[in-house]
Amino acid sequence: MSRAIKVLPVLLKEDKEYVCVMRLHGDVDDASLRKVVNMFKGPIYQRPPLRSAVKRALRVRRIYDIRILERDGRNVLLQVWCEAGTYMRKLCHDIGEILGVGAHMQELRRIRSGSLDEDHYLATLHDVVDAFFFWKEHKLEEPLRQSFIPVEYTIQHIPKVVIRDSAVDAICHGAPLTVPGILQVENGIKVRDTVAIMTLKGELVALGEAVMRSEQMLTAKKGIAVKTKAVIMEPGTYPSMWKKKKKSGAGAGI
Amino acid sequence: MEKYLKGTEKREIFIKDEEDTNPDYGWKPEERPIEVYLKYVAINLDKPVGPSSHEIVAWLRRLLGIEKVAHAGTLEGC
Repeated sequence: MSRAIKVLPVLLKEDKEYVCVMRLHGDVDDASLRKVVNMFKGPIYQRPPLRSAVKRALRVRRIYDIRILERDGRNVLLQVWCEAGTYMRKLCHDIGEILGVGAHMQELRRIRSGSLDEDHYLATLHDVVDAFFFWKEHKLEEPLRQSFIPVEYTIQHIPKVVIRDSAVDAICHGAPLTVPGILQVENGIKVRDTVAIMTLKGELVALGEAVMRSEQMLTAKKGIAVKTKAVIMEPGTYPSMWKKKKKSGAGAGI
Repeated sequence: MEKYLKGTEKREIFIKDEEDTNPDYGWKPEERPIEVYLKYVAINLDKPVGPSSHEIVAWLRRLLGIEKVAHAGTLEGC
């Protein structure tokens, strides 16, 4: 919400996990069902359904894993871990086609999206309404702090670069992150990966696109390490060393 | 059986340089004063079956009086 809204484009691309009930339209034995379900692991073609928010062109989506949790006759409980933009309704339909009996999706629950799963910080609408009321009417902050989680919790799975206090405000103004501003780097960052630029206090400053690999960020002496894409932190939260320096020359105090 | 199909990834942090952070600026996310805290929040919402994500967002907007409410991903048409 508010400034946190800027993380959305990144969150929308996160992998998801679903549990869904697939209803078969005919009788199928366990072995055939298992075999066909397993065929859907890996990259699959999907055409977005008629009622969808995107262009209905055939596209490839990756199913990282899929398993049958339970089965009761024609009702099959599936768990699917997939790339963003995979349609579960379509998946169930397509499994039914391959089985030769037809199938449709009966029920769906998303159990994880990126780093948010249904076992941590989950809030119901009732929680949110109550928390807001307690705060408005009774100045109670705790319930509000439980229902509303810091934006940082939503990007836990994104690789991080931790920067100096003195580098923060320039990033808040959209400047790219240069190597001298870096204090810590998570391993495994590749060029063009989305990275989170963090303060030493664990605050998300901005999301950006890596221009260097982790190793380069650690060994290089200068150069742009991350292009800033979405600024989350409000400018002015940290002092602007860079502005002062520009005005009175390098070496002038704060 | 693990509940989630995706396993936990182990990532390492490498220290390039050591420095302190000035306590006069910024806050640990959990320690932000409530007015600031609310600028940087998300809800991991246990959405009820029935209303669409769009309807929930519109409803929360009215309730909270915050314009900037959005949702990350809908289940409709999936």
